[in-house]
Amino acid sequence: MSGLEDLYREIILDHYRSPRNRGELETPPAVRADGFNPLCGDEIVVYIDVDDSGTINEVAIGGQGCSISQSSASMMSAAIKGKTVTDARRLITAFKGLMSIHETDIGGDGSEAEMGIDDQAPHISIDNTDDVSLGDLEALRGVVKFPVRIKCATLGWNTLAQALDEASVT
Amino acid sequence: MTFPRDVKADFPLLRQRFHDTPIVYLDSANTSQKPQAVIDAMGCYYETTNANVHRGSYELAVRATDALEGARAKVAGFINAPSTSEVVFTKNATEGMNLLSRSWGGANLGPGDAVVISEMEHHANIVPWHMLAAEKGIELRWIPVDAAGHLDLTELDRLLDGAKLVSLTAMSNVLGTLNDIPHLAEAAHAAGALMAVDASQYVPHLATDVQAMGADFVIFTGHKMLGPMGIGVLWARAELLDAMPPFLGGGEMILQVTKEGFTTNEIPWKFEAGTPMVAEAVGLGAAIDYLNDLGMDNVRRHEVELTAYAMRTLTETHGDRITIHGPSEPAERGGVLSFVYGGDGDDCSGTVHPHDVAQVLDQAGVCVRAGHHCAKPLMGVLGANATTRASLYVYNDESDIDQLNAALTAADDLFSF
Ligand SMILES: Cc1ncc(COP(=O)(O)O)c(C=O)c1O
Repeated sequence: MSGLEDLYREIILDHYRSPRNRGELETPPAVRADGFNPLCGDEIVVYIDVDDSGTINEVAIGGQGCSISQSSASMMSAAIKGKTVTDARRLITAFKGLMSIHETDIGGDGSEAEMGIDDQAPHISIDNTDDVSLGDLEALRGVVKFPVRIKCATLGWNTLAQALDEASVT
Repeated sequence: MTFPRDVKADFPLLRQRFHDTPIVYLDSANTSQKPQAVIDAMGCYYETTNANVHRGSYELAVRATDALEGARAKVAGFINAPSTSEVVFTKNATEGMNLLSRSWGGANLGPGDAVVISEMEHHANIVPWHMLAAEKGIELRWIPVDAAGHLDLTELDRLLDGAKLVSLTAMSNVLGTLNDIPHLAEAAHAAGALMAVDASQYVPHLATDVQAMGADFVIFTGHKMLGPMGIGVLWARAELLDAMPPFLGGGEMILQVTKEGFTTNEIPWKFEAGTPMVAEAVGLGAAIDYLNDLGMDNVRRHEVELTAYAMRTLTETHGDRITIHGPSEPAERGGVLSFVYGGDGDDCSGTVHPHDVAQVLDQAGVCVRAGHHCAKPLMGVLGANATTRASLYVYNDESDIDQLNAALTAADDLFSF
């Protein structure tokens, strides 16, 4: 079964088995965004609580789905907790870059319709966002080899983008 | 095995290897593979017969028209339609359903009129009615599905009371459940409603007799019955088709066009606007010849045997780790096995997500579908957001099931925790 280990790295399975920041937050003060992949029925709910200084104090993840969508959201929650909204947005850009998705395609509506796959430049966007470190999220790099799963990996991130938009309005 | 020859050898695609193993195609409820005879018939049509139909005065155009109408006659024979004029070609089953809702529904349904469907319908037999509900205020009523995967008919009388149309699948594309259409058609008629049947999963797998079904409309799709994509069928009783307004407007469907208006062609052409899918009709005709040659009773027997083998093998190997949805008796269901893997019984935790199951199976060359199978209301009833579905057809054999079985063990090894 060669190839599968690129997708199902141990750290991914670990986040799938023991998802971080699983739960709900009270809204308000937190904001909530729902992401949905109509293709497979996967759902991610993102709650974030942003304070007056623009820091994400609390994050919680709900929903259900496959190992890739759930572990990606779990890693995302760990990566953004305590970060500023600006940093979180840069992380979204960096992660989308890892998934080879162009920055302009990051919408706040969770829609993936415009998403393009560019296998020529999988690393470029990360270099562009200099001091952003993806850390454990790098483990998701293997997803790019399985194009149908990219939507699973980005579901949580599109939902986060939606939540950040929401938080900046309120 | 039921067939006297190696059926798989007739399907060139199945000779391919994927990920270094022979392909194991278990997604025929989604679309079927095509035998060489169908591929050749379509190629031959373009090499020898292609011209536009019903409008040329030369020999070639006459032959092309004969090819189209000959295919229609084969379809009529295959489903025991009383007349070829009752066989309308559509793009697929979805278009057939929309023809029914737009044309018949548009002319015969108004605010408050009830259409009865069930919780096990494909979106093709749900969304057109939702659209009509939004537009005209029709009422949509749902026959529930019980825990064993059968229609729950305890409230049928109440649901049928005052209904104008009952529209049900003959076989569930998720559960494999075979519904008792003759009985349901009788009940619908007794209540003064018409009966429409989504036979997309039925016609490919069981001998079909639209008259014995007692239905008023029967809709199915060519690509699930060894035919090409791009052709489907709506059969309806001639009186109904005669009285229905046209669906799409344009060439072919008219007798006369003036600056003031138009008159419609006779049935079935009244419902076939524009240049039809002639090569696809020829391909469907060849698929019907192929199925008739195998014999639909043999097709059914083969599937019951293989379904029984699959259910037995999978449960023996995986025990409580696997939950196969739908009727437990192979003779009472189609060869569609939707299952959830891992976890214990009702507890969703520990289940291996269908996407992950399908991914691991794919690496072993095993093609299955993971998802909601275009039946979201049913998924809600099953309490699952998705299932993994293996579906069988004439070219599958026990070795395919054995490979599925082995690949599932590999998925279990990777994900069990
Ligand atoms: C029960 C049922 N009805 C309708 C359809 C729709 O068929 P098509 O996509 O060819 O229109 C399908 C196939 O997906 C089906 O399984």
